[in-house]
Amino acid sequence: MTDWIYVGSFYAAAAVALLGAFGVLFLRNLFHAGLSLILSFFAVAALFVLLGAEFLAGVQVLIYVGAIAVLILFAVMLTQRLTSRHIKTYTRALVPAVLVALGLAGVAALVMLKLRLPAAAALPAASPLDELAELLLSTYLLPFEVISLLLLGALVGAIVLARKEERR
Amino acid sequence: MKRLLEILGDWWAGLVGSAGLPSWVTVLGEMVFAAILIGAFIAVLVLFLIWLTRKVSAHIQLRFGPMRVGWHGAVQTVADAFKLLQKEDTTPRVCDRPVFNVAPFLAFAPTVVAFVVIPFGDGVIVRDLNIGVLFLFAITTINVIAIISGGWASGSKYSLLGGFRSAAQLVSYEVPLVLSALGVIMLAGSMKMGAIVEAQSRVWFVAYQPLAFAVYVIAATAEVNRTPFDIPEAEQELVAGYNVEYSGMKFAMFFLAEFANMFLVSAIAATLFLGGWRGPWLPGELWFLIKSFAIVLLLMFFRWTYPRLRVDQLMSFAWKFLLPLAFVNLLATGLIIALG
Repeated sequence: MTDWIYVGSFYAAAAVALLGAFGVLFLRNLFHAGLSLILSFFAVAALFVLLGAEFLAGVQVLIYVGAIAVLILFAVMLTQRLTSRHIKTYTRALVPAVLVALGLAGVAALVMLKLRLPAAAALPAASPLDELAELLLSTYLLPFEVISLLLLGALVGAIVLARKEERR
Repeated sequence: MKRLLEILGDWWAGLVGSAGLPSWVTVLGEMVFAAILIGAFIAVLVLFLIWLTRKVSAHIQLRFGPMRVGWHGAVQTVADAFKLLQKEDTTPRVCDRPVFNVAPFLAFAPTVVAFVVIPFGDGVIVRDLNIGVLFLFAITTINVIAIISGGWASGSKYSLLGGFRSAAQLVSYEVPLVLSALGVIMLAGSMKMGAIVEAQSRVWFVAYQPLAFAVYVIAATAEVNRTPFDIPEAEQELVAGYNVEYSGMKFAMFFLAEFANMFLVSAIAATLFLGGWRGPWLPGELWFLIKSFAIVLLLMFFRWTYPRLRVDQLMSFAWKFLLPLAFVNLLATGLIIALG
C-alpha cells in the first residue's frame, strides 16, 4: 500500500467521524441523529483498522453499532410520539452547556499537550490477537477485572432501578 | 478452483506490472473482481433458495409448488424477479424519505460484505482476516439497524411494530449466537476462518461442541427470522412486518438480504462446526455447498413444521434458557482445555 492512500483514508475516516458527530449535534430529528451517531462509530472503527487494531475495530462495530446504537434507536422509537416522524430535539440551557463543553475541551487539550505518548512499537506481525489476550490476562489483569466489576455494578444498578418502578 | 484463482491473480498482477501502473491498482482490481464474484454468487444463490423454499414447503404440505415455468418450476423465480423489476416503486406519503430509501441497501450491504471471510474451499476466500469470526458477527449486526430504520421510516404501525419486534429478537439472540461460537474459537485457538477449518482436519467440532452447535442453530434460526421465531413478520398480525410499505426493487433488496442471510448463517455453521470445506473424494467447494445446504434444509424443515412462539416465550427462551446454556458450554470448554 502506498503512503498517500493510507494517509488519505486516515483523514477521510477522521472527517467522516467528525461529520457524524456534528450530525448528532445539529440534526433536529432524533432518529436521524441516532443514525448519524452510527456513521461516526463506523468511521472510528475504520480509524482503528488503519492503526492496525483490527480486534478493537471489530469490537467497536459489534458493541457500539450492534448494541449501543440499536438501544439508542430503540429508546427513540419508544418515546411518546411513536409513529410521528417529527421527533424533535430542542436546545435548552445553551450557556451552561457551552461552558461545560468548553471546559471539557480545555482539559482534554491540556492533557493531550502534556502527555508524552511513547512511540508506537512496531506492530507484531504474527497475530496481534494472541498478544492482546496475553497482555489482558497478565500485565493488565487488575484493570481488566476492575472494569468488569464496574460493569457488573452498573448492571445490578440498572436492574434495581428497573425493579423499583415495578413495585410501585 | 484455488489453482484457477492463482492463475487469474498472477495474470492480473503481470498485466498491471507490464502496464507500469502502481501496485494499488492490483489490489483495487482484486477487490472489484471479488465483489463481482460474490455479487453473482449471491444472485444465483438467492434465485435457487427461493425456488427451494417454495418446493420444500409445498412438498411438506403435500402440494407440488411451482410447476409451470421450466422443469418443476425451476425458472419460476427468474420470472418473478423480472416481474418485480417492472413494478412501480411506491413510496408512502408519510414516510421519512431519505431513511426509507437507504434502509434496503443498508440491509443488503452487510450481507455481501460478510461473504468476504467465508472460506468456500481450500484457499477460496477473499480475505482470511485475523478477526474472521468477530468480523462476521460485527458486520451482520448492521442488519438490525436496517430493519429498525426501514420499519420506522415507513410511517406505518405494522412496519413499526415489525421493526420493533425484529430488533428486540435480533439483539437478544445475538448474545447466545456469539457465545456458542466462542467455544469453537477456544478449541481452534484462532478467529481466522481458515485456521478454524484447519483445526477440524481430523474431527469436526460438532463432536466436541454438540451443545454449542444446538445453541448456534437455534439462535441462527432466530437471527434470520425463520419460524418458530418469525414474530417480526407474523402475517396474521402484521401483514408482513417491517417491509410492508416497500415495493419493487427496494422490497427485493430486503428479500435478497433475508435469503442471503439464511445461507450465510448456514455457511458459518458448516465452517465452525462441520469442518468447512474439508471432506473426502469430492472437491472442497462442493463439500462446502453440501454442508451449507444441509443446514439450510434443516432451517427450512424447522420453518414448515413448528408453530410460532409468543413474544414473551421468545424472550424468556433466549435469556433464561439459551444464554445460560451457552455459558455452561463455555465454562465446560474452558475447564476441559485447562485440565487436558
